[in-house]
Amino acid sequence: MKKNQLMEKVIHGIFLVLGLITVGCVLLITIYLVISGIPAIREIGLVDFLFGKQWASTATEPKYGILPFILTSIYGTAGAIVIGVPVGFMTAVYLSKMASPKVKSVIQSAVSLLAGIPSVVYGLVGMLVLVPGIRKIFNVPDGASLLAAIIVLAIMILPSIIKMSITALDAVPKEYEDASLALGATPIETYFRVSVPAAKSGIAAAVVLGVGRAIGEAMAVMMVAGNVPNMPDSLFQSVRFLTTAVSSEMAYSSGLQRQALFSIALVLFMFIMLTGATLNFFLKRERE
Amino acid sequence: MSNVINVKDMCLWYGEHQAIKNVNIEIPEKSITAFIGPSGCGKSTFLKTLNRMNDLIPGVKITGDIRYEGTDIFAKDIDVNNLRKEIGMVFQKPNPFPMSIYDNIAYGPRTHGITKKTELDEIVENSLKRAAIWDEVKDRLKKNALGLSGGQQQRLCIARALAVDPKVLLMDEPTSALDPISTSRIEELVLDLKETYTIVMVTHNMQQAVRVSDYTAFFLLGELVEFGRTEDIFSQPQDKRTEDYITGRFG
Repeated sequence: MKKNQLMEKVIHGIFLVLGLITVGCVLLITIYLVISGIPAIREIGLVDFLFGKQWASTATEPKYGILPFILTSIYGTAGAIVIGVPVGFMTAVYLSKMASPKVKSVIQSAVSLLAGIPSVVYGLVGMLVLVPGIRKIFNVPDGASLLAAIIVLAIMILPSIIKMSITALDAVPKEYEDASLALGATPIETYFRVSVPAAKSGIAAAVVLGVGRAIGEAMAVMMVAGNVPNMPDSLFQSVRFLTTAVSSEMAYSSGLQRQALFSIALVLFMFIMLTGATLNFFLKRERE
Repeated sequence: MSNVINVKDMCLWYGEHQAIKNVNIEIPEKSITAFIGPSGCGKSTFLKTLNRMNDLIPGVKITGDIRYEGTDIFAKDIDVNNLRKEIGMVFQKPNPFPMSIYDNIAYGPRTHGITKKTELDEIVENSLKRAAIWDEVKDRLKKNALGLSGGQQQRLCIARALAVDPKVLLMDEPTSALDPISTSRIEELVLDLKETYTIVMVTHNMQQAVRVSDYTAFFLLGELVEFGRTEDIFSQPQDKRTEDYITGRFG
């Protein structure tokens, strides 16, 4: 009996330690990022760093303003959401409520496949198809632009938005829909006036998840956005995102430049934390 | 007294399984008709056919003729949404929408094109009054309907059904999920409502059928065994099976 209890405790302890590994990693990353990100911000000055419009890290008189990256990341993400959410949301409504089981299974496996494609492949296809396409259609000198990045990101976030929204819509009790139909509402009316409002926090969570994915994406946007630290003044500007700002210079950076890259990573981390907290908020409300 | 719904030779299949066999019935206006019978006898299925809610289930096939006020409800040119507005429904489990009490009641009228605030206010108030729940909720119309008790929720659902001004009210075991006190309040309410509406009610509870209904239909294995005035069915059933059922020999 006593031996059993001891065993229980030991196993309990092991599982606790395993669980703490994740927490430990998060803490470690946070602490490391803060420690390594602060010095450059101190040296450059928070305002100059966050709101400086020029990034010229290798110039003789280097400039470390990351506003172009911040704005690019925000615009890029917002653009992806503006395109991706309506498409993903409508797809989810269709799959959850209207599609026949056969169509549903075909489209759902396509969505899962889309989720599994590595981002470098998105980048590659974007580079080969989208970039020249934009150049020709809009008659601009270079198709590698904010617009190309937005379109790639919009496609990349589709699977998470569709899957989360379907889960939320499927969870709407059928009784609500029956009640609406029995009052003489049409099926479409029922979906949009009863099912969707009932699933709204799940759908909001889907959007936030999409934001998180778009803001954290590096590889694909590096390949299609042109990767030049310009202010994102127009959709056809070649731009650089927060993520790609870190990855494209890290290999050859040194000194303050390197430290500044860590600071960029810290800013990106803050953005991700913010979306994560928002996501948790919506999911919690959904459960209540 | 005239009949609102006339059913002739109606059969219904779920895929290969025949759930309703050759039902013929005439539902009299402004009265309460109870459908009784053991579980799985087809009484709920039959009820849901009357406002075509069975259309939503894949693999359902219906034959025969059902007329509501003389029109064939399966005719090609019939507007199902309008039919369901005329023939309202209350479900077994109270199912208010997860929105405010006001919006629950206003949902139907809004669906049918009423947008004026004063008009909606009036409909909401009248419907809640007719469903005998106005006094309990008038101070919290903006509160979520899911905060009400089960019995209140069910009366709210009745009010919601009344808000689109139906002529017939189908009730599918409306009290089976409720406590005895809530049940008796619903029964009182139903007795009031028959002055204005034709009510068809599925019930598991034979005492309930005796207490509230004017007519009773006994279903067994998809067949309508017997239909007549409630007092006749319960005092001198014509069919041996009806007698066995109401005396509690099976079911």
